[in-house]
Amino acid sequence: MKYETQWVAYPFFAVAMALFALQVVFGLLAATVYVLPEFWAEFMPFNVIRMSHTNLLIVWLLIGFMGCTYFLMPEEAEREIHSPMLAYIQLGIFAIAGAGALVSYQFGIHEGREFLEQPFWVKVLITISFLMFLYNTSMTLLKGRKTAVNMILMLGLWLAAVFWLFAFFNPANLALDKLYWWWIVHIWVEGVWELIMASLLAYLLIKMTGVDREVIEKWLYVIIGLALFSGLLGTGHHYYWIGAPGYWQPIGSIFSTLEVLPFFAMVMFAFTMFWKGRRNHPNKSAMLWTLGSATVAFFGAGVWGFMHTLSFVNYYSHGTQVTAAHGHLAFYGAYVMMIMAVITYAMPQIRRVQPYNQILNMWSFWIMTGAMSFMTFTLTFAGVVQTHLQRVLGMNYMEVQDQLVLFYIMRLGAGVAVAVAALLFLYAVFGRAREQVPAGGTQMTSGSY
Amino acid sequence: MADGLTKSAARNIFFGGSLFFFLLFAALTAHSHWYMKTTSTNEETLTDSVKHGKEVWEEHSCINCHSLIGEGAYFAPELGNVWHRYGGRENPEAARAGLKAWMNAQPLNVPGRRQMPQFNLSEEELDALVDFFQWTDSIDTQDWPPTKAG
Repeated sequence: MKYETQWVAYPFFAVAMALFALQVVFGLLAATVYVLPEFWAEFMPFNVIRMSHTNLLIVWLLIGFMGCTYFLMPEEAEREIHSPMLAYIQLGIFAIAGAGALVSYQFGIHEGREFLEQPFWVKVLITISFLMFLYNTSMTLLKGRKTAVNMILMLGLWLAAVFWLFAFFNPANLALDKLYWWWIVHIWVEGVWELIMASLLAYLLIKMTGVDREVIEKWLYVIIGLALFSGLLGTGHHYYWIGAPGYWQPIGSIFSTLEVLPFFAMVMFAFTMFWKGRRNHPNKSAMLWTLGSATVAFFGAGVWGFMHTLSFVNYYSHGTQVTAAHGHLAFYGAYVMMIMAVITYAMPQIRRVQPYNQILNMWSFWIMTGAMSFMTFTLTFAGVVQTHLQRVLGMNYMEVQDQLVLFYIMRLGAGVAVAVAALLFLYAVFGRAREQVPAGGTQMTSGSY
Repeated sequence: MADGLTKSAARNIFFGGSLFFFLLFAALTAHSHWYMKTTSTNEETLTDSVKHGKEVWEEHSCINCHSLIGEGAYFAPELGNVWHRYGGRENPEAARAGLKAWMNAQPLNVPGRRQMPQFNLSEEELDALVDFFQWTDSIDTQDWPPTKAG
């Protein structure tokens, strides 16, 4: 850690990981209801469990992005964070808002649009906290060195804030509601968040492979160009059936197919840089998460996204378990794993020790990634069966669900494995540090932090 | 990576291209907005009761179990076409009565079946919600869903 204020990232990582653990708990509860339908039906209905699960994910990913930004910004801008105190206040506001939303859900207090269930006052606090964060990090950037990495990261974060404002716009016409709802949901996860992901990936590759910054930053521009050129009109794959004009079927099909390209470019980028890099960085587990994130994002967001994106396929698969399968692996690969990579990379520096608990961390990587893949496969099979029975043969929804129980049992099993892996990760990162660096690979070239 | 491409050229392509595609996307969205207002949905039947029905739908977060035109939680049946499934296009009175009775009968307490909570909706809220379902069924969804099962 070259700059004292990089330490600011630590509480952000801690809060993010605590909420991640809670997200997994709600995921387990939801998966249990799929297997035992009467489970907690009176105490906590499924809709409350589900909105808690999805909202916790969104909140902890945002807090995680903030932590990543606070960690890398001083190094990239070559100066201390503008105001660490502002960062702590802003984290406090965000955490209170998130906790407030979670608690109010348990009492049935929420707004009613998917993923935007936060009560109005929570939305306002989130906006305030996010603006404080943007001010703090932008001031640091403005006074410091501007690199492609920190500029693109900030561009992604600012655009995320701009599109978030659509959360306050809820037209009474359902078709219009859906039209603009996707301006947050799609433009975030298949648009501007990819800028955040790609810049974090570029940062980690610069630090860990030692490849020349010029080369990496050129790749970075190409990747985010591919992301936005495809991703903006790619929103059309959500406009097929909501009352929008028919031209979205060819436009959405073509451009959302092209959305695979930035993810393919990222996986090629990550492995090419890893291969070219001369630096033998001792933090092997961080490198594993970095390469893993690019790989799983390519499969989860890219391949699984393409699987049901063409309009004539989506006509049958839309709104089945196929969507759930894609959603789980895409978020895990692109965003969860990328934040885990930064945390794994940053924590030894924050704690001022050599990389530690690496074997345990890698166990967590393989168990979690294996379990998430298994979960995705079971939901995909469930979705294919559901699509055929319900959308082709026209069987009644509830009868079809009865045919899917085996897949839901396997999904619950995968969820348990994810929970175990999450605990291993938390212990590996926050627990007692036992030095584990690979034999013969411990030498670091100059300036390798 | 092609050596011919410099970093600043890549940056310019990114900004120029993104701006171009954003403007195109915004223009098509504006056209879609107009199309929804004038063609695919019926603004005249979008009554206060339909609007209230959407509020009831949101207040109880129905979307976190059900799906509505394919978006939502996939845990409970699709409701975008529930009006059609209940025969509302042919016999509106019977469909209305059926939907209201169904909601009032929850939870069914059938062992091993997913349980829908009892939301204790008033008669007026029930009617508004059914109006909302009826209006939603009237959206031109390019023939989606493929079967009545939703």
